[in-house]
Amino acid sequence: MSVPRFWRELDTRYNLIGSYCKITKTYHYPRRSFNPKAGRESIGSMKDYQFKGIGKIVNSTVVYQAQTGYEMFGPYCMAIVKLDEGPMMTTQIVDCDPNKVKPGMKVKSVFRKLGEDSESGILHYGTKFILSEDIEVEEDNENLPDIEV
Amino acid sequence: MNGIVSYGAYVPCHKIETGEIASVWGADGSAWAKNLNVYSKSVSGPDEDVITIAVEATRQAMKRGNLNGDHIGAIYSGSESHPYAVKPTSTIVAEAISATPNLTAADFEFACKAGTAAIQTCLGMVGDKQIENGIAIGVDTSQGAPGDALEYSASAGGGTLIIGSKNVIATINDTTSYTTDTPDFWRREGQKYPRHGGRFTGKPAFFKHVISCGMMMMERAGTEAKDYDYIVTHQPNGKFPIRAAKTLGFTNEQFETGLLTPRIGNTYSGAIFLGLAAILDIAKPGDRILAVAYGSGAGSDGFDITITDKISKMDRSETVEDMISRMKIVNYATYAKYRGKLNMGATK
Repeated sequence: MSVPRFWRELDTRYNLIGSYCKITKTYHYPRRSFNPKAGRESIGSMKDYQFKGIGKIVNSTVVYQAQTGYEMFGPYCMAIVKLDEGPMMTTQIVDCDPNKVKPGMKVKSVFRKLGEDSESGILHYGTKFILSEDIEVEEDNENLPDIEV
Repeated sequence: MNGIVSYGAYVPCHKIETGEIASVWGADGSAWAKNLNVYSKSVSGPDEDVITIAVEATRQAMKRGNLNGDHIGAIYSGSESHPYAVKPTSTIVAEAISATPNLTAADFEFACKAGTAAIQTCLGMVGDKQIENGIAIGVDTSQGAPGDALEYSASAGGGTLIIGSKNVIATINDTTSYTTDTPDFWRREGQKYPRHGGRFTGKPAFFKHVISCGMMMMERAGTEAKDYDYIVTHQPNGKFPIRAAKTLGFTNEQFETGLLTPRIGNTYSGAIFLGLAAILDIAKPGDRILAVAYGSGAGSDGFDITITDKISKMDRSETVEDMISRMKIVNYATYAKYRGKLNMGATK
C-alpha cells in the first residue's frame, strides 16, 4: 500500500472514524460522503462519527495458512464484527485462543500493528479486536444476521 | 500545584517463566529466578510494540482523566525500543488520541529513564504556562540476546502520566536529578541487542545513582523514609530495587506495591511508570510517594509526590494488578516466534 493512501485513512484506522447519515439515521464504516440508500439527498448530510469500538462476533474462522506478514500469528482468528452502532467489519481477533471465538461473543477495539510495507518500509497501525471480559456465547448459529455485500 | 492529572498503564497479556527460558539454555531456572528475583516476564505479541503500548496506556489515561485531544499541548515518549529510528512515536500517539495538530511532540532516549525525563519536561512547560496538559510516556519492548542474562528479565510494557495544573490527583512537590557519564549498558546504532557491563551495572551505576538521587530528593524535601507511604524505583531485576529501598531506609510495606519486576520482568522505560501506576491504583488522599528512576549511561530522576483528594473521584478500574492477573503463560517457541527471534529468511 502506498504511503499517501494509508496516511489518508489514518483516522479511520486509528480511531474508527466513520459516518452518520442524518437522512436515514444510520452509521457507516469506513467513512462515506454519500449514502446509496438515501441517494443524492445524503450529499452534505453525512457527518463524521467516532465508533465506540464495542460490538459482537457475527462469525469467525481460524486461519492456519497465514497471509504474508501474519506468519508469526498462525493460527489466528479472523472475524466479522458487528459494531454496536450497526456496521460490520472484517477484523482480526487477538489475545485469545482462536478456536474459542464464537458468534455472539462481545469484543472491544484495541490499537495494534496491522503490518508493514517491508523491513525498511512504513509501519501500518490500526484497530483490531479482543474479547471483552463478559463473554456471551450464542449457541444457535442458524440465526446469524444478514450480511450486506 | 502542578502534578499528575491522570495516569494509564499497559502490560501485554502473555508471559514466559524464567524456568522455561533457562531450560532452553541448559541453565538452572530456579537459581536464575532466585538470583534475579524474576519468576516470569511479560511478552509482547507480534502486533504489539512501543507505539501500540503507548497508545493503549495513553487512551486509558485520557479516559480516566475525562480529557480529549484539545486539552493536550505536548507529548513526549521515552523509550529505547522506538519502532522507528527516524519518525516519532509521539506523533502516532497524538493522532490516535485526536490531539493533532496543535501540540508539540518528540521522542526521548535515556535508556530506562527516558520517560521520567519526559515528565520533567512536561512539568517545566506546565509550570511556565506554555501548555495546559502534557503527556509523558515511558514504554519499552526491549530484548536480551538469546542466552544472555538480559533474556531472563527484558520484557514489555509501559505507562503514561498526564501532567497539568488543574484537577491534579497527585502533586509533584519537587523533582531532582543525578547524572554522570557511566557506561554500564548500551546499544550501538544498528545493533539489535544491547550490551552491558555485568556486575558494573550494580554498585557504580544503579546503586550510586538511585541512592544518591533518593537522598538528594529527601534532603530537598526535608523528609525521611518514614514520611513516605510508598517508594518506587527503577527495577532492572527484583533484587536491586529492594536493596536500594532498604539502603534509603524504607521497609517492605513501602516498596512491595510498586515492585512488579518479579512477576512481569524489566519493562525498562516502562518500569517506573508501571510501578507508580500500581501505587496510584490503590493510593489514598494524603499518601506520599518517593519515585526514583534510573537510566543507564547514566542518571536518576527523583520525584516527591503527594496524593490529593481528587483521586477519590477517579475511575481506577482496570488496574495494573488486573492486567497482570490476565497474563497467560507461553512456551519458549511461542516467545521466540512473537519476539522475532526466528529467522524466516529462507522461506521468503
